[in-house]
Amino acid sequence: MSSRKFEPRMGRLEDRALLTGKGRYVDDIHLPNMIEVAFVRSPHGHALFHSIDATAALAHPGVHAVYTHADVVRTLTSDHIPPDQLIESFPATTWPYILPKDEVCFVGEAVAIVVADTRYIAEDAAALVEVDYEPLPVVSNCRQASVPESATVHRDADSNIVSHFTTEYGDTETAFAEAAHVFGFSLNQHRGGAHSIEGRGVVVNYDADAHHLTIWTSTQSAHKSRDAAVELFDMDESQVRVIVPDVGGGFGGKNTVYPEEILTIMASRLLARPVKWIEDRREHFIASIQERDQEWDIEVAVDTEARVQGVRGTIYHDQGAYTLLGLHVPHNSSIAVPGPYHLPSYSMEVIVSETNKVSSIPVRGAGYPEGNFAMERILDRISRELGVDRAEVRRRNLIPGEAIPYEMPMKTREGTPMIYESGNFTRCHEKALEAAGYEDFARLQQKARAEGRHIGIGVANMVKVTGRGPFESATVRVGRSGRVIVYTSAMAMGQGTKTALAQVCAEQLSIPPDQITVVTVDTASSPIGIGAYGSRTMVNAGNSVHLAAGEVRDKAIRVAAHVFEVEEKDIEIADGFARVKGDQAKSLTFKDIAKALGAAKGLAIPKDMPIGFEATVNFRPPDVTYCNASHVVQVEVDPETGGVEIVRYVVVNDSGTLINPTLVEGQLQGGIAHGIGNALYEWMGYDENAQPVITNLAEYLLPTSTTVPNIEIIHEETPSTLNPLGVKGAGESGVVAVAGAVISAVENALEPFGIWISDAPISPMRIVELIEESKAAG
Amino acid sequence: MTDTRTISVTVNGSRHDLEIETRLTLADFLRHQISLTGTHVGCEHGVCGACTVLVDGQAVRSCLMLAVQADGAMVTTVESMTGENEQLHPLQQAFHDNHGLQCGFCTPGILMTLLEFLQHNPSPNETEVREALSGSLCRCTGYQKIVAAALDAASRLRQDVGKTAGRRES
Amino acid sequence: MKPPPFHYHDPRCLDDALGLLAEKENAKLLAGGQSLMPMLNMRFVFPDDVIDLNRIPELTSIGEDEGLVRIGAMTRQCALERSEVIRDHCPIIIEALRYVGHIQTRNRGTIGGSLCHLDPSAELPTVAQGLDATIHIQSKRGARTLAMEDFPAFYMTPAIEPDEIVTAVEFAPWPKDHGFAFVEFARRLGDFAIVGVAVLLVVSADGSISRASITLGGVGQAPIRCTAAEEIVTGSNDSDAAMREAAETCRKIDAMDDLHVSGVYRQKLAVALTLRALRKAYDRAIGESVA
Repeated sequence: MSSRKFEPRMGRLEDRALLTGKGRYVDDIHLPNMIEVAFVRSPHGHALFHSIDATAALAHPGVHAVYTHADVVRTLTSDHIPPDQLIESFPATTWPYILPKDEVCFVGEAVAIVVADTRYIAEDAAALVEVDYEPLPVVSNCRQASVPESATVHRDADSNIVSHFTTEYGDTETAFAEAAHVFGFSLNQHRGGAHSIEGRGVVVNYDADAHHLTIWTSTQSAHKSRDAAVELFDMDESQVRVIVPDVGGGFGGKNTVYPEEILTIMASRLLARPVKWIEDRREHFIASIQERDQEWDIEVAVDTEARVQGVRGTIYHDQGAYTLLGLHVPHNSSIAVPGPYHLPSYSMEVIVSETNKVSSIPVRGAGYPEGNFAMERILDRISRELGVDRAEVRRRNLIPGEAIPYEMPMKTREGTPMIYESGNFTRCHEKALEAAGYEDFARLQQKARAEGRHIGIGVANMVKVTGRGPFESATVRVGRSGRVIVYTSAMAMGQGTKTALAQVCAEQLSIPPDQITVVTVDTASSPIGIGAYGSRTMVNAGNSVHLAAGEVRDKAIRVAAHVFEVEEKDIEIADGFARVKGDQAKSLTFKDIAKALGAAKGLAIPKDMPIGFEATVNFRPPDVTYCNASHVVQVEVDPETGGVEIVRYVVVNDSGTLINPTLVEGQLQGGIAHGIGNALYEWMGYDENAQPVITNLAEYLLPTSTTVPNIEIIHEETPSTLNPLGVKGAGESGVVAVAGAVISAVENALEPFGIWISDAPISPMRIVELIEESKAAG
Repeated sequence: MTDTRTISVTVNGSRHDLEIETRLTLADFLRHQISLTGTHVGCEHGVCGACTVLVDGQAVRSCLMLAVQADGAMVTTVESMTGENEQLHPLQQAFHDNHGLQCGFCTPGILMTLLEFLQHNPSPNETEVREALSGSLCRCTGYQKIVAAALDAASRLRQDVGKTAGRRES
Repeated sequence: MKPPPFHYHDPRCLDDALGLLAEKENAKLLAGGQSLMPMLNMRFVFPDDVIDLNRIPELTSIGEDEGLVRIGAMTRQCALERSEVIRDHCPIIIEALRYVGHIQTRNRGTIGGSLCHLDPSAELPTVAQGLDATIHIQSKRGARTLAMEDFPAFYMTPAIEPDEIVTAVEFAPWPKDHGFAFVEFARRLGDFAIVGVAVLLVVSADGSISRASITLGGVGQAPIRCTAAEEIVTGSNDSDAAMREAAETCRKIDAMDDLHVSGVYRQKLAVALTLRALRKAYDRAIGESVA
């Protein structure tokens, strides 16, 4: 998209409705005769239960039903979440129940669903359901969970380890044996939540006469929901329609099928009336997936010139009580360590253990933030031990620009070679250092220290896999209205997807984007699709729209050439017309063409042209793309309080060709804010009984307007060679490198105290403690 | 036990006389009793700010008020902001022009907060805007473009006031 | 997350409210609602009756009379922020209010509600203690007063009977030229402080401190008046050294440990923040501009 017909930085098509209160989120949907649900949830990390007594709840006025495991068994084809998204080789105990039979394995696990006239009454009645629990030993830490003598997360499990693998290449033995220096340390990376401001939610209308389910759900993966419903309710795809209304953010928390969604469908199916469930914030804390729960033991071998020769170690990954979505996070964490750096040998053992906590699957970043944090800590350690400046250490270890495309000696999750096909890491690094005034910072720092102020600077570089296939669908169709409508399986959850796809389509059809309608997921109009995760929407859906719109354009040209009896090259497409160049009189409107291709009488169309002024493309990217970025951050730390203020944040980012740079900046700023949360604020605490000790937003510290600085963004635009648009992902590009950069800056600010930080997030109290420990150690 | 009360609330200029349960929150009243779903509910414990509306001109968290407490009050929600011909309010327009929203879920609460704030402080600096927004959580934007939109809106509103004053003088 | 059922009452005068409170066994008073409403929504409390004080005009006032400032218990925090009486007579309240929640909560939250909720880290109880406030309390049985010092009974529990209502808080303003400072450390602006410090000083013409009030919030289960520190700074002819020494006494205060914050950290914060508050208040008293 080198020369653009329309302004790339256009304002969003989504905005008007959202700014005027006319957005339509799932809780805004009200159907006649609709009733609501609440769940009875386990207060125990691990317990058996012998009975559920719903007598009092059922007697409560306004209550329609209380369903338990027995009702699931009599109604659904299985009492577990369908395994198609799970790893079938895993022990059966790792598959989540829709409702458990007699054992609960984390605080918040639903044991019964209460259906009542209103949510108020449903909550009243849920409190009346009596569950006879017998507490069992609890597993709350992934490292402890992995030892043979540990209690088990599930009563029937032999072990808590659900996967144990090693990501490795090269000869680490020799690298460590011959290294000039070997350093070792451990890291703790703590759990956080997705915390979209809108929680999950679902409205279901079962039409008993038609035997048809309509499901409105706030999700990142509508087709998964549809497929689960089809399977569990033994229906076919014509009988289940999933519509995704406006979605108030996802960040990974809505990218799986949960028991609550299935149970709400079940309630509607059994009661034959509309039913609604809206997740409240407490439920988001205890029953929505979380991520970033890993303990790392790391060793690095380095030569005399600060060049890394080998990295080895162990990752203990906390998987939670069930596996809602495979091994993406621990796998990604282990392959993300080298990132943009040349790492000759690598051996990382990964021990994935269950604990009695809610499932841990991808939240924005999906394991990459953890891997990146580990590598940036390694480089900082080398800098410290060898006395080489931190930017210089990175310079010496980055994969040089001329080495791209660069094949990593590892495989992707699909088992294909891992190739950094485009981008220039060293250039981004140098640009970021220059923009942030890195060279001059030491002088400013000395001056500040003389005034008793502690300022610091941190640097980190990242690469993240994006644009993973297999596909998203797009149909570009012009009907009798003459309007262009894009139907796509792309999931919109705030990224500006509709705007960006309209822009892509507009360039092909030479129609202003604001005259194009984009319909995102409705399984009735886009029956096949995958979902919005892994920074994949523009690569998959963007290119599908691009190619489909191109086919529609070509159809218009062929029809016009046929009608006016000229060569196709003599036809131009502009302003909603297909016309003969230089002869304005000879023109067809899109409406004319739509009518002709709709087989109406009138215009003659080429005999071999398929009916319909439309095209459908399901673009399949040949391989994943990789976005990359360099972050430089300046902080000021108050060593007396441990308070950290982020003073300046510079990022050079390469997400390939930018369809709308403003939208990409929004993604980066949001991602970096999330990373600031992971670095300094967001801590999902559990006690030794796996009781969550934080279940509200006053204690779980999301970054606020006074804690996130302005982010200075410099775009690098190296087109991907793997798709026609040249795009790479952006949604997760911001988050990955933040913790490494911020924590490096904090240490740098406190250099006179010589502290070393091994936790993310790092709290002010911990900073003060580290200073004290460092002083005590002399 | 159902404790109910008939209340009379004026919302965006329209009076609503309704019998409600006294434990009903103002947020749920607006959203589910009178179908003004522009006000969103993000936490129901008074932290996220998504449910902010104006009660008698003051920005409040509608999840922390009972609907019965608004009996006799004037409530203003995001639905009231557009003017004649559905024209966006300068604050809304500034959010559009500055990409001050992504998923849009927190946006109505932020707009209502700023509506009151900019009345008290028509010429805020960035620090003041950030403090005013500190009670509104946004997971999408990192706040930067929200802050830019608020500062831009302040400037537009000052110009509007100037224009109105100019007209009066002439 | 919806409130449990309760009977709702909105008396129009104090007397009716007192009558209801005397009569109902398990009642909660609803002031600004910024603490009670979240607890109701989360079903942490189950009152049979909620008595709303928001329609009692006599509880909402800010006045100055015979050298005393009196604030009705239902006076909203935003009203205090904008009150000229408060700005003229006790500006430390306005300085502290910047840290109390956010615009939307200050528009509803009341001074009486904050004092009765008595969160150990809350700003207003700390300031009230620093100002030697008197709490006016009423019940059907009569009226009485309590010194703020005696107001906390236990952790988050005021020393009032179930049938009593706090009606007003009253204090004597400090001299016009007093120095003041409210300094706190919280994770984010608007969060409850980990530690907050309220300092009031009168500085004589010779630069010595003639009167001091130093109060710590967030360190103990209720605000702590640092009398030892006050004695150290008062009358010293080397104010800077005295302020350092006074701040240092905070290291010995018995500080709470909880799940998130250690007592040792609270002590360290208390030392650092007390010194900052003392210096800021001192600079203000001698007419220096402060950041």
